[in-house]
Order: sequence, then C-alpha cells, then structure tokens
Amino acid sequence: MNPMLETTITVNGTRVTRRVEPRTHLVDFLREELGLTGSHTACEHGVCGACTVRVDGEIVRGCLTLAVQANGRAVDTIEGLSDSGEIRDLQAAFHERNALQCGFCTPGVLMTAQELLRTRPAATRDEIRDFMSGNLCRCTGYQSILDAIEAVLIARRQARPA
Amino acid sequence: MKASSFGYARPASLAEAFALLARHGEGAKLLAGGQSLIPSLNMRLAAPELLVDLGALGELEGIAPLGQGLRIGARTRHCEIERSALVAERAPLLAQAAPHIAHVAIRNRGTLGGSLALADPAAEWPACCVALGAQIVIASARGERRVAAEQFFKALYATELAADEILVAVEIPPPAPQARSVFLELARRRGDYAMVGLAAQANRTDGQLRDVRLVFLGVGAIPVLARHAMAAIEGKAADAAAIAAAQHELSKDLSPNGDLYTSAEAKLHLARVLTGRALAALAR
Repeated sequence: MNPMLETTITVNGTRVTRRVEPRTHLVDFLREELGLTGSHTACEHGVCGACTVRVDGEIVRGCLTLAVQANGRAVDTIEGLSDSGEIRDLQAAFHERNALQCGFCTPGVLMTAQELLRTRPAATRDEIRDFMSGNLCRCTGYQSILDAIEAVLIARRQARPA
Repeated sequence: MKASSFGYARPASLAEAFALLARHGEGAKLLAGGQSLIPSLNMRLAAPELLVDLGALGELEGIAPLGQGLRIGARTRHCEIERSALVAERAPLLAQAAPHIAHVAIRNRGTLGGSLALADPAAEWPACCVALGAQIVIASARGERRVAAEQFFKALYATELAADEILVAVEIPPPAPQARSVFLELARRRGDYAMVGLAAQANRTDGQLRDVRLVFLGVGAIPVLARHAMAAIEGKAADAAAIAAAQHELSKDLSPNGDLYTSAEAKLHLARVLTGRALAALAR
C-alpha cells in the first residue's frame, strides 16, 4: 500500500483537505470523499466526457486527472456552476428544448458548453458541434443539445453591450 | 476501471527527477499531462510502482523565441500551442494541427513532450516535428543531447529516449521567408484518432514548391516521410500533372496496415486525397 498524501483543493470556493491515495482520480475524490455526485464516471478513459470538471477555470477530464495533481488548485463542478447561477440560462434552455433524455451525460455536457460560451462567443453551429464532440450522449439527443447551446450563445451575444 | 496502486512523487528539480529515475528504473513512469498515461493506468495496461509528476518543473514549460525559431518546453500544453501568437507566426503548422488533437478538455492538460515521448503512431505532434525538422532536446544526469525528430522515432511506441532520460524541449528552426504549411487529417469524428493525417511544409518561390516535406501519421508505426512523393513534386509548380505524379508515387512510400475501420487500400486512397489537397494548398 502506497502512502496516502495530504491534498488540499478549493472545491466550488471551499478549501478542503483530505488524505488521498495517489491513484484516486479527481472525479472519484469529488464523488466519494466529498459526495459531489453530479460529475459522473462512465468510460473512465477519457472518451465520454461525463466526468468533465474545471481545474483553475479550464475544463478537464475528471477521470484523467489525479486528485493529487489538483493539490493547491481550484476545482469547479456542476454543483458549483449550478448553485452560483453561472449557467442558469443554459439549464433553462436545456429544459425548454428537451436537450436531455436520461440526463447522465448532462453535467459534463453543461460544463463543456459553458466553456464554449465563455471562450468562443462567436461560434457557428459547426464550431459548436466540433467543440462538443468530446461529450457523448447515448440517448442521441445531439440535435436538441446543439439547439439549446446555440440559443444561449445567441442570447448572451445579444445581451452583451456592443 | 481503476488504476492499480502506485506511489507518487513530485520532484522540485530535474536533478531530483533524475535521482528518482535512477532509484526506480523501469518501475518509474514520468507523468506530464497524463492524457495517455492515465487511461493506460486505468485500463491496467501499465502498472508502475511510482509516478514521477513533472508538474512542478517550471523550466519545462513555455514557448520562447530561439533566434528566429522557437523553443517549446516539453510540458507546454496543447491548448497553449493552439493559442500562441509566436507559434502562429514561426511554426504555423503546429497551430494548424492543434485543433485536431482530441477535445478541448484533453488539450487543456495534454502536453507536447508527453505526446512525443509516447510516440503514438496516430498522434499529430510527431509528424509535425518531423515535417518542421525539429530537434528534440533530451536531458539526463549525464547531460543534455539533441536528436533530430526524423531520428527520434524508432518503432511502434519506441523512441530514442533511454530509461534515465527526460524529454525537456523541442527546438524548431526558423521558417524560410516563403515557407507554407498545411495540416490535414481525416477522422470519423472530430477529435477521434486519425485514419490518415498529413503534415506538409514547403517553400514556394516563383510559383514552384521547394524543400517539400510530406509527413504522414496513422499509416505506419512511426511518422512516415513520403520521400518518393516529395521528389516527384520538388521544384515543380503544383499543377494537376505534378500532383497526380506525387499521388502515384505514394504507393512506394506508404504501406499502411488496415485496422478495424479502414482497410489498407482505403488508407492509401485517403493519403492520396490528402496529398492532392495539401499540395494545392501549399501552391496557393
């Protein structure tokens, strides 16, 4: 058994310190140590995007990041984005357009969509499709997901003072 | 799928990292961005006793001018190369290739050096480095050495790197004034592994292509320099006849293995299609 390592991460604005096994993935740390089960685990090798979280403001795969690598960093999860109101409009658009069926992929999809909305406000529909290509939806709800993201992109663009 | 248990060290200096490699030998694995290593740990294809995280070594990070060329630290992330104005100016091939690497969440963590050291045959950076004539900078307790990218890749997932060495940087020569580059890739879905990809570079003078470099990915065990096709187009204007001649020669350069999705014949056909598109773009 390898020694547990003391790890301090600021999760959704709150500093937490735990002793973790080096092999613990960030997403398992969030789910099992902190009870933040909004980030999902599915493929566990970086293909599906269900575990997407932010580290220091940038989206990453929670299953391809070790908790010990996040030591000293800030992590945001879907719970944080939801509670802060940062993605209220995006959530409303997903609701309105039925942009989910079972909802398993939705937290990861929302994390990725918010990164797109923040960093590429001028994205075209094809660019949205490219950007979202790393998040799989097994219910094949892609068209409505793209519709919802595109609607928010346009609404935020119009809301921004020119 | 969970990784088997391993120890974790985060050295504060290269010297400390070399000492860890010396102590643990083959039992140690270097961790850069982890975007290929961690999946292989999760699937238990690899089970090292110790991960040596290079994350605290600031000297391995960043993009800096080197004369009129570039030096890119091994731990520089794909997303940083994608966004760099210096890269866009001095090695536009890298800026063109970056968006083809996996997805944003992976580009936010994966690194240049990690990709080169792993040497996945479908990866973008190895082919780009060969096309650009880059030097790979390798360090160990014995000192530093440079290896041309063309000599760095040895066989499937095998490189020049010895067990006690660390890839620390890539040096890219200055572009010629007339240099042009194109990166093309065909994948079933954006971000998937390439069926075939092409990193192409040439100088265009008086309507003719010179110093043409055509390097393919996804069609061999290592990046493949298409020497016959390059010779066929060298010094020519890229008109329909010259492009067709280069496409014809490709069968002497490439002997791709088919995979689950794409047969060898289809790969060769797609490589010809990309060659036509790339040469036309270089000549424009």
